[in-house]
Amino acid sequence: MKILATVKRVFDTDGKPKLTADAKLDVSSIDCKLNPFDEYGVEEAVRLQEKGIATEVVICCVGPEEAQKEMRTALAMGGDRGLLVKVNDTESLDTLSIAKILAAVVKKEKPDLVILGKLSTDSENNQVGQMLAELTGLPQATFAFKLTPDAGGWAIVGREVDGGTSDVKVKLPAIITADLRLNEPRYASLPGIMKAKKKPLEITTPEALGVSVKPAIVGIGYELPPARKAGIKVASVAELVDKLRNEAKVIS
Amino acid sequence: MSNILVVAEHLEGKLRKATLPTIGFAKKAQALTGGKIIGLVLGHNAASVAAELATAGVDHVILVDSAIYADYLAEAYAPAVAEIAKVKGASIVAAPASTTGKDFLPRAAARMDAGMISDAIEVFSHNGAVAYKRPVWAGNLIARETSTSAITAVTVRMTNFDAPAAGAAAPIETISLGFAAPDDTQFLSFDRVKSSRPELTDAAAIVAGGRGLKSAEAFKMLEELADLIGGAVGASRAAVDSGYAPNDWQIGQTGKIVAPGIYFAVAISGAIQHLAGMKGSKVIVTINKDGEAPIYQISDYGLVADAFKAVPELTAALK
Repeated sequence: MKILATVKRVFDTDGKPKLTADAKLDVSSIDCKLNPFDEYGVEEAVRLQEKGIATEVVICCVGPEEAQKEMRTALAMGGDRGLLVKVNDTESLDTLSIAKILAAVVKKEKPDLVILGKLSTDSENNQVGQMLAELTGLPQATFAFKLTPDAGGWAIVGREVDGGTSDVKVKLPAIITADLRLNEPRYASLPGIMKAKKKPLEITTPEALGVSVKPAIVGIGYELPPARKAGIKVASVAELVDKLRNEAKVIS
Repeated sequence: MSNILVVAEHLEGKLRKATLPTIGFAKKAQALTGGKIIGLVLGHNAASVAAELATAGVDHVILVDSAIYADYLAEAYAPAVAEIAKVKGASIVAAPASTTGKDFLPRAAARMDAGMISDAIEVFSHNGAVAYKRPVWAGNLIARETSTSAITAVTVRMTNFDAPAAGAAAPIETISLGFAAPDDTQFLSFDRVKSSRPELTDAAAIVAGGRGLKSAEAFKMLEELADLIGGAVGASRAAVDSGYAPNDWQIGQTGKIVAPGIYFAVAISGAIQHLAGMKGSKVIVTINKDGEAPIYQISDYGLVADAFKAVPELTAALK
């Protein structure tokens, strides 16, 4: 079985975002990192390879030249090779454009399983896996917390959904998006990091894949959410109850 | 035509409340675009859902009743939604930003070659075009986006739009589409967390616990407090990951987004991913023995105390 695991270079959202005078995101002092949700996808692919179920794991990224750093981070966890679809301005690409590029990669690479993080922590769209599934005509299992490929060419996927959990069975090839409880991603070992440096990393472009993209969604700026002020500290449960009843009036 | 299609969410013959804010969003969008609000029910033996939807503020209801929609599957929903959007001239196709809406709507959007907005919290006019606001960066940034495609797909955050007032019953039209059931995917099971408490996303009060509670047993005292005030119980991701609470209780960037009248954060330190899910709450009360916990920075009332002492004391005081 061949697995394609996607990764994205995201802004490190632990820092406080700053805006420029024209309401754009000030990216000058923001660090980038591998999208945490993609780490779960990569980990799952690597585990399937370690179990002998996957024969090849390809790490794929649609991103700028600099994204090779995040791809090497993923390759240090495991996997055989990288494929970067280089785009100059990731910011202006919308989800549908990225899904179209990935669909061309799937057509070329013909994986049996594609695993994506369910969302990226900076733009938080939670769309690309589902769009990719439609564009490739493949079944999807999103928000996966359990993935069990069986021998008959199907996989059983446990999904985290509102109100509980749900199991679906999808025929391979299929598109899976990873949720947080799918596994616990490993830290790359030093030998892993050394090995990753030598793994092949091919760079291509949307044009070379025969895809021309024109984003449908256009960003028109950002704003900061209204700040919430810190309130007061109370000294006792009795004082808290008094405040809730008589000041906030939220409890009778 | 520029109608607005709202895909209803339902369970066991009842309209899910998550659908109502989506209709509230559609009303605001309709003020900008004109056209009709069309509610769509995909289901099996779902006439009761269509009837309920008809009085929920829509102008028209479409019921597609078929066994292939008996159990929810994105592969069955997406072609139906895309087809109805085309036939009915929709320019906006909206669904709740629930795990169901987030699952099928991007798939439908790709089928319609439509741009998509996730988690809309506002809709407004920008240079004559319809524009949207949505939170990104774990809620620390609001993005403003507009769409250039003929159809735009939108999931709607439940906490930011009011349910419209119930109106006179809209006409219900039954349509059959004739799609075959998908043969490359099978629904196996839905393991529902049974609870007599209100759903997190529409509870007026929430008592949520964090990893500091150290066990699943400790959540019992939160449940007792929640039951006393008619609230729901929630948890931080750390508490869910530690196995103290079911995943369905998780509040935060990747869990539920809530905005109750009162939110008790018990032994929760306040990672930004958690704050992203609850900082819209009207009143936030924090009980944490670490007085420096980040959650105090957004709390209206903080009690620096051991939760194991303070929560039972609070429950007793409110009885």
